[in-house]
Amino acid sequence: MTTRALVMTAPGINCDLELAHAFEAAGATVDSLPLMRLIRHPGLIDGFDLIGLPGGFSYGDDIAAGRVLATMLRIHLYPALRAAIERGCPMIAPCNGFQVAVQAGLLPGPETGHAWPESPGAPEVSLAQNTKAIFRDVWTPMEASENTCCVWTRGIDFSGETGMLPSAHGEGRFVAGDDVVSRLQANGQIALRYAQDSNFNGSTDRIAGICDASGLVLGLMPHPERFTRWSQHPRWTRLADEQRSCVPPGLAMFRNAVEQASGVTN
Amino acid sequence: MSHASIYLIEGELTQEQCARVSSELLSDPLTQTVDEGAAEVAPGAVLVEVHPLPGVTDPAADSVQLAIKAMFDVEVSVRTGSRFDLHGIDAATARELVERTCANPVVHAVHLEPFEPSEFPVGEARTFAVREIPLRGADGDSLEKLSREAHLFLDRTEMIAIRDFYEALGREPREIELETLAQTWSEHCVHKTLKATIRYREESGDDHASVSLVQGADARPHHELVDTGEIQINNLLKATIAAATFELIDEGIDWCLSVFVDNAGIISFDDDHAVCFKVETHNHPSALEPYGGAATGIGGCIRDVMGTGLAARPIAATDVFCVANPDIPEVPAGCLHPTRVLKQVVAGVRDYGNRMGIPTLNGAVWFDDDYVGNPLVYCGCVGVLPRTHVEGDAQPGDRIIALGGRTGRDGIHGATFSSAELTDTHADEFSHAVQIGNAITEKKALDAILAMRDDHSGCLFHSITDCGAGGFSSAIGEMGEKIGAEVDLERAPLKYDGLSPTETWISEAQERMVLAVPEHHIERLAEICVEYEVEFCDLGRFGNEDRSLILRYHGEEIGHLPMSFMHDGIPMPTREAIWDPSWTRESISDSRDPDESGLTALLSPDESMLRATSLLLAHRNIASKDWIIRQYDHEVQGGSVVKPLVGVGEGGPSDAAVIRPIETSSRGLAIGNGLATGLAADPYQMALASIDECVRNLVCVGADPDRIAILDNFCWPGCDDPHWLGGLVRASEACYDGAKAYRTPFISGKDSLNNQFTTEDGRKIRIPPTLLISGMGIVHDSERAVTMDLKGPGNLLLLIGKTGPALGGSHFAHLSNLQNEALPQVDLEAGPRNARAVAALIREGLVRSAHDLSEGGLLVAAAEMAFAGGHGIRISLDDVPTEGYADQIACAFSETPSRYLLEIKSGDRSRIEKMLGDVAFSVIGEVEDTDEMVIRSGRDHERISLESLRSAWATGCDDAFGVDG
Repeated sequence: MTTRALVMTAPGINCDLELAHAFEAAGATVDSLPLMRLIRHPGLIDGFDLIGLPGGFSYGDDIAAGRVLATMLRIHLYPALRAAIERGCPMIAPCNGFQVAVQAGLLPGPETGHAWPESPGAPEVSLAQNTKAIFRDVWTPMEASENTCCVWTRGIDFSGETGMLPSAHGEGRFVAGDDVVSRLQANGQIALRYAQDSNFNGSTDRIAGICDASGLVLGLMPHPERFTRWSQHPRWTRLADEQRSCVPPGLAMFRNAVEQASGVTN
Repeated sequence: MSHASIYLIEGELTQEQCARVSSELLSDPLTQTVDEGAAEVAPGAVLVEVHPLPGVTDPAADSVQLAIKAMFDVEVSVRTGSRFDLHGIDAATARELVERTCANPVVHAVHLEPFEPSEFPVGEARTFAVREIPLRGADGDSLEKLSREAHLFLDRTEMIAIRDFYEALGREPREIELETLAQTWSEHCVHKTLKATIRYREESGDDHASVSLVQGADARPHHELVDTGEIQINNLLKATIAAATFELIDEGIDWCLSVFVDNAGIISFDDDHAVCFKVETHNHPSALEPYGGAATGIGGCIRDVMGTGLAARPIAATDVFCVANPDIPEVPAGCLHPTRVLKQVVAGVRDYGNRMGIPTLNGAVWFDDDYVGNPLVYCGCVGVLPRTHVEGDAQPGDRIIALGGRTGRDGIHGATFSSAELTDTHADEFSHAVQIGNAITEKKALDAILAMRDDHSGCLFHSITDCGAGGFSSAIGEMGEKIGAEVDLERAPLKYDGLSPTETWISEAQERMVLAVPEHHIERLAEICVEYEVEFCDLGRFGNEDRSLILRYHGEEIGHLPMSFMHDGIPMPTREAIWDPSWTRESISDSRDPDESGLTALLSPDESMLRATSLLLAHRNIASKDWIIRQYDHEVQGGSVVKPLVGVGEGGPSDAAVIRPIETSSRGLAIGNGLATGLAADPYQMALASIDECVRNLVCVGADPDRIAILDNFCWPGCDDPHWLGGLVRASEACYDGAKAYRTPFISGKDSLNNQFTTEDGRKIRIPPTLLISGMGIVHDSERAVTMDLKGPGNLLLLIGKTGPALGGSHFAHLSNLQNEALPQVDLEAGPRNARAVAALIREGLVRSAHDLSEGGLLVAAAEMAFAGGHGIRISLDDVPTEGYADQIACAFSETPSRYLLEIKSGDRSRIEKMLGDVAFSVIGEVEDTDEMVIRSGRDHERISLESLRSAWATGCDDAFGVDG
């Protein structure tokens, strides 16, 4: 049975192609649908097994990254997205998607064992301007949290040169109160960190990505969808064949999700 | 200093709605505070506010309006601004600081008190009357005066041709007709210099070194040798650049799908797809407002690609900047400081390219103080489209559909302005020609257009083009050239009231596309526009019986011009061109003062070659552009294969970029450029060297030299003096010779021929003649692409190509203050042969790393490969293959073209030597398991740590970018 992935586009969203490719490379079929169609027909979302909120500069990000698109989702699509998560649909929100998700009440989501609220809650975490206040495109070594419940990063080795992920943003500094960070840490909701000395945007506790308590919804600043083949790695011409023998970690994440989703579907 | 964003909102909102707007929409509760009303200024602090002038694009304001509409279904108007609270300085100093760093009077108003207008200015609807401009009977002088005063920039003969046309017609021209002709006939739109008939002669004086073009000229296409040794060239563009392409096509190159006719040149990529490439300059707007100028430059170039064939999808962007040195002794009044120019053009390209989601992945920066008045901003864009969608033509009866941004008064007279010369008062006179772009409007248009192109019922339009220079007048004029068009100007959606129909017609407001759409597709097109949140309008129809352009306003005919006069009526004068090497050399003599850098002693025997190598690595033209590259999302769309920075820690400069246009296919596209402004003293050699460099760059990453297409972008100081035109002729002839020799067809080009600045005291600052060659080449299997970083100790270093003695134009000569050195010459047999030899080795998988020898020469290239690979290197200068009397200095630092440095496995050596046949080459060294570079020259050895080389390269440009970034 095919696993169907929805890639939601909106004005200014521009990482939808690579996100669609990543889902396809992992075995899903993909529909990229514009926000307006989904607002007019929210029921379309019910037909998908996976959801991606791609990166970009939604509506220009001119007030703050993701602010307008998050406002649209809060008003129009929160119930449909919440229902999708509740029925076990993995969701990924890289970069601008992450910035949108945290403002639309999709991340970090309710505490373990609690139901999703009827209407979206106030943001608990924020993605603020990088400490150096400038857009930066860079690959960084990563660190997966040991206790994470994240479905997407399950079993993937992010260590060393081959485990790097690309980031490209100006507003990616993860900010949250100590209480929230400790709660996320305790619940296994911190999915990914930038490795020691690679925290280029100045994130609290080097946090690069968090998930909801179910582990299905992952928001992260790096772009795993841009690392689904080895020749995307910035030093691939230097890597030995044995280093390139495993699945690139970006692709492995999408495979995890497709596997999870097809398990739910079957 | 503290900074706040200001949102001025006018509309009917309740107290509670205002509170929600503040807390939910405009501020982040975790990281920001918000004040309703202007916050108090702290004691001892001064306040400066910066607001966009009325009519200037304000994307943040648009976003707030949209979001408030979504939240409360209330229409409001919004303007934004920035507030700076500065401590420890007085108000005047604060104002000056803000004006110097983040406000530009061309687009911003600066206030020293909170700006709280009681209402926003709105345009006033004006009554319109058709205005006639009396021309009949006017003499040449008064016609010229009228042209200048009305900003038409038409010359005397053109004005006379127009006068004669209307005299024959028996009426006076209407304003809108005259404006239409001025746009259509502008240098920017019609390339009238390059298409003119030119009489070229050579005055060699005491200099016999430069190649004579007169000898054998009658063998060249469209060239005639006339009495007294002059050559007459009929249509320079057609006789040189285009001729090469069409001859190559005749000789069997079958992969050029569309050349010179569309917005971008198109070549085939694979059986199903084509790729197109366009490079534009946006120099004059960038001189006045670098941020907006560069952003709209890249925006316009992207639109060209969107409007190529039946719409291409942009997949890569390029940028090349030429600016003055940051330590320039004096910045003339009316010019911005080069550091500010560079930082802001980078920010402009960044903000537009990143928002559009197009990876900016190849470029260069060239520093020369003569760019102070006219910085050059080249923006390129590559697109991919189905091979079935390469051609389109508007059909009679098609609706004229405009979509994307609204029309405003911004950008009026851009086409004519770009053809004029800048002076110190231009900022005031032409501020309306400068614009701020809104990338999201363009991205929405792109998404909608691709949905229309790929609609399940087939492509919804017959033709598409962008509104660039000349706005609707050029776009609709071109699309309707063969069939005529009728336009109802009141239908165009306007940004504000008060535009006259003439302003609507010639406005160059950004982000607008024009499509020819059959009536029965309009409904489907409208649905797509709703889904992609794009505004469109129906401006009229294509086609009428007498093939004319008819302009109406509320039903009244306000303009009527035959397409034939618009497109073929321009008189093409005969121009005189002179080549005199000594005149040129004196006119472009280096204005910089190399003594400042304390390097004049470089040639003395005590100075080490490796110290010179370090200094060259730190030369701004050569040093790392990491600061620029990393501000661009050069990986968006996920297609990257070879990125602009490669090697250990991505610490080496790539020769070119490689991407996969079709993600599911491993076939790649290499994108690179060549720029050899150092050789401007002879534009013939400069152009050949640029082509050679572009080919080298592409070949080094794995492109097939038999599948490279190139583009020319001329930026010339002027063509008013026949000597400058003589240089332009030489560069064009070199384009022909180079394209034929390398078998690299030109597919598109553009020129900007008036780049001189007149200072307050009447001094002219002219740019050096500058030619950018951009290129793209097919990489048959991108999984076999090659990067320039050394891969492994024990490997050998193979130098391909002979090194000559000429140091002229080299960076070494510049740093050492060597004057009047001979210029290196491109060998048109060796150059293409070397490129093909390198490509053959790469194709066989025999090359571990490859780097071309360009700025700085052999030791710079070798050092870059070494620190990028993290491996030591040992080189013997004695083993460098030479020609002429190349000494050790030349071997180390000459910039002789057509040379490559390759890393090969020692076991492959004999196989490679056999393959190379009669190509000049030599093994000159090896890769070592050390962290230093060692060179041997005669009995001398020198060594230097890789870290010191790397650090020189990494920090050499820091002063150009300012410490804070």
